Amino acid sequence: MLGVRAGDETSFELLLQRYRVPLVNFLYRMVRDSAQAEDLAQEVFLRVYRARKDYAPSAKFTTWLFRIATNLALNSIRDGRHRQMDVSIDQTVDDGEQEQARLDVADKSPNVEHRLLELDRAAMIRRAVDSLPDKQRAAVLLHKYQEMDYSDIARALDCSESALKSLLFRAYETLRIQLAPLVVAGGGQTFRVVPNNGRAERAL
Amino acid sequence: MSCERMEGRLVAYLDGRAKDSDRRAVESHIAGCAACRARVQGFHGVWDMLGELPEHEPSPAFDVRLRARLATEPVHQGFWSGVLPSPRFAMAVTVLALFCVWLSSRPISTPTNASNEADFRMIQDLPVLENYDFLSSFDVPQPAPPPLRD
Repeated sequence: MLGVRAGDETSFELLLQRYRVPLVNFLYRMVRDSAQAEDLAQEVFLRVYRARKDYAPSAKFTTWLFRIATNLALNSIRDGRHRQMDVSIDQTVDDGEQEQARLDVADKSPNVEHRLLELDRAAMIRRAVDSLPDKQRAAVLLHKYQEMDYSDIARALDCSESALKSLLFRAYETLRIQLAPLVVAGGGQTFRVVPNNGRAERAL
Repeated sequence: MSCERMEGRLVAYLDGRAKDSDRRAVESHIAGCAACRARVQGFHGVWDMLGELPEHEPSPAFDVRLRARLATEPVHQGFWSGVLPSPRFAMAVTVLALFCVWLSSRPISTPTNASNEADFRMIQDLPVLENYDFLSSFDVPQPAPPPLRD
């Protein structure tokens, strides 16, 4: 970002390539609308570009980036401009996936059934994430997918670190209750934490 | 460790960022607490399920549109572009500046030494003015009548 501040256009291009996918992903999972997520991501990049001369490296660039993105997403949700009010509450899969599901229905092979179960499972997970309060959802998305530090997430969400931990606990607890059928359906696996480069992974 | 205190440490235990001492405390607790053990397993299940969701790729038009929007951005924004955000504001500032210049160029009537002296003289003449009534009714002396002759 310091290169961008110095007017190096190549540095901005690198930032764009590095963060476009995580940013669009994050915004898509926040607003649940592909076009709107891209519009918001573009707005984030434009704001970064406009503010490049004033950038002070007091915080990590990702914190700054996702703080802008979170604020835009929360405002967008709050305004309710981009909610698809006429969409059925049960419609949770993408158009592409729906189309695929429709094509697959005609096929009676066992793989199709498996695919439909997978789609159903993914839809249920999405629905559970979508049902979280906006701030809890943002906290989970930044924690799980961006792997940001607690202090950075707290800064992005404009709350204290202890408030963030409480937010995350409540979010994961809600998800645990809502997704309990899937955990059981997953075969009642046993989990234990194995330290692996500072992160935990499941051991079966 | 109580179940309530577990809540504060569970997320860090889940993502592997817990300190060794906290991790050991959590593991020691869940070894003897079935409810918290079930909760930890549930949290790990959720953590894994969230990883199942596919990534959402930006559309091919995303980069094209963004570059087009960036191309319309001014290359360099100077100091005044930030201070004067709109032509209306710039016009208002100009009018205000002109008004100030006009105001400062106006002659200011301050007491001068000459007017001070005039005032002083007038004050000195006040006793005469106080006798104005007398002076105004003072008839012009008529010529004395001729002496009476016997």
